[in-house]
Amino acid sequence: MANKLQVEAIKTGTVIDHIPAGQGMKILKRMELIKLKEKITVGFNLPSKNLGMKDLIKVANLLFTEEEANQLALFAPGATINVIENYIIKDKFEMSLPDVVQAAFDCPNSNCISHSEPVQSYFTVKQKNNDIQLKCKYCEKSFSKSIVEDL
Amino acid sequence: MANPLYQKHIISIPDFSRQEMELIVETAAELKSNPNPGLLQGKVIASCFFEASTRTRLSFETAIQRLGGSFIGFDNGANTSLAKKGETLADSVQVIASYVDAFVMRHPQEGAARLASEFSSVPVINAGDGSNQHPTQTLLDLFSIYECQKKLDGLNIAFVGDLKYGRTVHSLTQALSAFDCRFAFIAPDALGMPEYITDELDEKNIHHRRFDTIEEAVPEADIIYMTRVQKERFDETEFKHMAAKYILTLDTLKGARDNLKILHPLPRVDEIAVAVDKTPYAYYFEQAQNGVYAREALLALVLNEQI
Ligand SMILES: [Zn+2]
Repeated sequence: MANKLQVEAIKTGTVIDHIPAGQGMKILKRMELIKLKEKITVGFNLPSKNLGMKDLIKVANLLFTEEEANQLALFAPGATINVIENYIIKDKFEMSLPDVVQAAFDCPNSNCISHSEPVQSYFTVKQKNNDIQLKCKYCEKSFSKSIVEDL
Repeated sequence: MANPLYQKHIISIPDFSRQEMELIVETAAELKSNPNPGLLQGKVIASCFFEASTRTRLSFETAIQRLGGSFIGFDNGANTSLAKKGETLADSVQVIASYVDAFVMRHPQEGAARLASEFSSVPVINAGDGSNQHPTQTLLDLFSIYECQKKLDGLNIAFVGDLKYGRTVHSLTQALSAFDCRFAFIAPDALGMPEYITDELDEKNIHHRRFDTIEEAVPEADIIYMTRVQKERFDETEFKHMAAKYILTLDTLKGARDNLKILHPLPRVDEIAVAVDKTPYAYYFEQAQNGVYAREALLALVLNEQI
């Protein structure tokens, strides 16, 4: 855990570690972390034993739930999430693919009813060969992960 | 014990079990031979067509009245004050559903029926949501196949024409895959069966193959399901050259099995030669009539604990 020293330690908050290098920026944006107005420390292209290079994000005072953590699994497979309270790791999540992704992004089908109605987007997740497929609960269309990544 | 469809929403074919589809088909057959004008007595059903679809609407409204029910609604949402006032579908559904015993709806956007089911206090019946699902078309197709073949299991089904955009074809394939059928697909390269459907078949280990011509599929086929290849999808010369291959004529049908029946969701343009209408293979007009019985069966099951 020598890497921890590369970015200032936080007292209470969440550390997203082992993010594949280059994905850190996308995660900041996707999780709308900036909007929280909490202190965020990021490290890009840090040395990593397994990945060669990795990104790392620390968000103060935000305690990720398992569900929130799983939303990240789509975009940063292999990342680990440490939830820290008073300098102690309270929860540690290894990323696993979620069964369902809710409210994380809009349905890519522009004619899907979910856009204009008071509901959250809702996708079931399925691993298919080397791809991850997301199927909208409403329009029943399936999308490759790569399509929603660029939204 | 209540029938398994009592008070259920009817949204999408993959929601149905094999047993539920069999129940609908058997109930449709029963209602066709023994009309029962009391099954919807005293029931009021909303028939809300946010997008016009004359055939489907007339078929539903006939079914409702043949079973002794009555209906309220509209035939084109664009003409209603709902559209003009910009109310969400969720709000419209909550209000209308509070007046009625079931809510039949057609809508131009995909997912509308599923959304409505989350806001409705009564069963929602999907009469078509954009390019997504049209389950009652599939159920009437299933009923027609059952009626003319006396079974649903183990049949050879050939689909011809536009297999890419035809939602009826996708849903019917999904439905029949619960019955151990074998599939032949005959379509222009640009309009082949989508991969997600063939993947589903592969997952279930269901036999399917592509043919270049209808003739190749005819000798084995129990059902030929024709669809229209739309001109708009091709340039004119390309279309003329290609469309001829996907037209069914008397010649095409040489060597057919005696039990072969031809289905078509209608309207047809010229993809089935008129001469075929007089052969014992033609079943598309019976199929259209069966729409009323399939919808009667569905409404009767959804609104009666036991029938
Ligand atoms: Zn959708």
